[in-house]
Amino acid sequence: MISIFLRRIVSLIVTLLVVSLLIFTVMNLLPGNPAAIMLGTSATPETLAALRTQMGLDEPLVVRYLAWLAGVLQGDLGQSYTYGVPVAGLIVERLAVTLPLALMAIVMSVAIAVPLGVAAARRHNGLFDYLAGAFSYVSIAVPAFWVGLLLIIAFSTKLGWMPAGGFPGWNAGLWAGLAALLMPAIALALPQAGVLTRVARSAVLDVMGEDFVRTARAKGLSDGAAVWRHALPNALIPVVTMIGLQFTFLIAGAVLVENVFNLPGLGRLALQALSQRDIIVMQDVVLFFSALVIVMNFLVDLAYLVIDPRLRVAT
Amino acid sequence: MQTIFSWSQVSRRGVMALALGAGVAFAAPYAQAAPKTAATIGMTVEPGGLDPTIGAQVMIGQVTWQNVFEGLTTIDKAGKVQPQLAESWDVSPDGKTYTFKLRQGVKFHNGVAFDSSVAKFTLDRARGADSVNPQKRYFTSIDTIETPDAATLVLKLKQPTGSLLYWFGWPAAVMVEPSTAADNKTNPVGTGPFVFSNWAKGTKVDLKKNADYWNKDISVKLETASFRFINDPQAQSAALTAGDVDAFPEFGAPELVASFEGNDKLATVIGNTELKVVAGMNNSRKPFSDKKVRQALMMAVDRAMVVEGAWSGLGTPIGSHYTPNDRGYKDLTGVYPYDVEKAKALLAEAGYPNGFSFTMKAPQMAYAQRSSQILQALFAEIGVTMNIETTEFPAKWVADVLKAADYDMTIVAHAEPMDIDIYARDPYYFNYKNPEFNAVLAKVEASTDASEQDKLYGEAQTILANDVPALFLFVMPKLGIWDKKLKGLWENEPIPSNVLTEVHWEE
Repeated sequence: MISIFLRRIVSLIVTLLVVSLLIFTVMNLLPGNPAAIMLGTSATPETLAALRTQMGLDEPLVVRYLAWLAGVLQGDLGQSYTYGVPVAGLIVERLAVTLPLALMAIVMSVAIAVPLGVAAARRHNGLFDYLAGAFSYVSIAVPAFWVGLLLIIAFSTKLGWMPAGGFPGWNAGLWAGLAALLMPAIALALPQAGVLTRVARSAVLDVMGEDFVRTARAKGLSDGAAVWRHALPNALIPVVTMIGLQFTFLIAGAVLVENVFNLPGLGRLALQALSQRDIIVMQDVVLFFSALVIVMNFLVDLAYLVIDPRLRVAT
Repeated sequence: MQTIFSWSQVSRRGVMALALGAGVAFAAPYAQAAPKTAATIGMTVEPGGLDPTIGAQVMIGQVTWQNVFEGLTTIDKAGKVQPQLAESWDVSPDGKTYTFKLRQGVKFHNGVAFDSSVAKFTLDRARGADSVNPQKRYFTSIDTIETPDAATLVLKLKQPTGSLLYWFGWPAAVMVEPSTAADNKTNPVGTGPFVFSNWAKGTKVDLKKNADYWNKDISVKLETASFRFINDPQAQSAALTAGDVDAFPEFGAPELVASFEGNDKLATVIGNTELKVVAGMNNSRKPFSDKKVRQALMMAVDRAMVVEGAWSGLGTPIGSHYTPNDRGYKDLTGVYPYDVEKAKALLAEAGYPNGFSFTMKAPQMAYAQRSSQILQALFAEIGVTMNIETTEFPAKWVADVLKAADYDMTIVAHAEPMDIDIYARDPYYFNYKNPEFNAVLAKVEASTDASEQDKLYGEAQTILANDVPALFLFVMPKLGIWDKKLKGLWENEPIPSNVLTEVHWEE
């Protein structure tokens, strides 16, 4: 058990190092340089050279990579070229929007999908199964940003119940913050719920055909008890895997919905940094996303151990 | 639309249930506009930094110029130079010595007094060896700066610079206080009617009224003002209709402007800007090195169609690199008007009876993409094949086109006012070299007589209209959408700005 854990940690660190090198290389190979963008169309060559020196862009790539890595290891992510403030602060500010948003969306998604998927599996090929199927297909097919637009038109423009977008900040109050995130979370949750419903349904269906469920029924358990006590726990592995994937997607991939609702999330920070070639912010945000995916996978693997005792035996 | 959403009242309960009840009722205070001494102004793109003396983005000036920062001179809503922190000035007959009388009793927001040493510091910083001022070229004609007393600033120039007073009104020339200069990027400190209070990155910049503002002739009505940054045009539209934003002085999508017609709360105010959309050509690369080819291409362009297709018909065709706002403007759209037959004939005369093909490097912005597609169709009429290559703006465009001049044709909106001198710059991406044109612009700078300068600007415009170093297409309109009760915003934009000094709510 412990050795599995240690091995995973070591591979996690090595992966992150390789990823950091890849990120740095790619970001610095991108055409365009941040100094030229900041100074615009009228800049003279001397001004450009002066700014490049100030920004430290004259240093050799190796030196810049090592400096960045050393900084990151000490918790110093560097200064944004465009904003002129520490990147760590920027990421934390954005996470204050993105993390609650992703959590709200994932909770909604699970709350819709797991009961729906289990119920659909129990009434396999029945009317409810078809309805649940229709819900899945429609919610997967409809893009989240479009759902967002419809929500805005209905609840902000027409009814005026909800803010049309933007984020007042948590110091405007918990409810104001949650209200600003509610519609984007619904828009994000629906497609995820569609996917998750399909996964939950087929996982439960698979397990329901297994001998141990039949045995459970044979020893006199009701159909419902057999599903909830025996089938569902055994069907959880694909469901948890999917939730893990969805969570990382919601953190890194919510940018379209963030745009529609004008939320200052992490996705928009990345997009903005990319367009301004704020290389240091890009490096940090992409490294953060990568670390998140790697750590999420690690946590999902740990969750397997909790869910499935068979996996706790060293392999 | 109406039919889909006319269920508003009917399913209120169902909707509340869907919304899980959470926060719905609490959203109201946020959506509601504050009392009538606050205004929220929408902008499409958030500036990177708030110091216009170290960054070129027009958005920096649109937040801070005249609100937080002020200059020796300023530019009024008609585009005219006016005194500001310099009360008056005197120019020597040879045009090489400028003596400014500086305003007394002006204080920066941190309490430090404005005087000639501050002015000297600002100008030295802008023209110094390690200056990163985006308009450094405008300060390089200054030879020496003298400060005989706290209220007098004397500039000795290397050569007469007729545009100096105009340039001093620009965002890049605002006065900065020495002790705060390094931090102005994140915490701007100026002399203006508004004090910077907060920047929620990615969301908004907040300003509040400067109670100690020096100019007692102006009564500033707003107690607080916010600039909110909303990138997506649909989100901009929603924020306006929901009342989250009071004004969008430069609304992002012309195709959505019609949707505000008949709105009894919002006014649509269409003004003009300095944004000249031109399709620059590489004048040193064949076949664009041949003037006849450029003229033929110009005649192949139906400007009205470009404006219609690219910007929903909102925009003014231009015949040179000059806008109707600018002093000494001449309408030169008739020099090479749309004429397919003449264009074909001229192209044949230049040795391309069967046309040619080339690549357009078009930025991803909507106006550039749409204009390119229309140009492509128009050029096809005269047998010229244009391939469109989308080039990421600003990063890749700046690297490939602006710096390396590795392109055939490109299209971009030039935002800086009165920047006809870019055609005299060397190097510059057009690779246009015409000593006659350069001589005319040199005469503008050598002259201190305004009417003489206007006449010379007319000559310069005409040379460009004849030479066609770039295809001159149209000036973008300023699509202002704002609350009908909000008054005092500039209708036109002779310089990119959002001056809030006179903004107030009408009861």
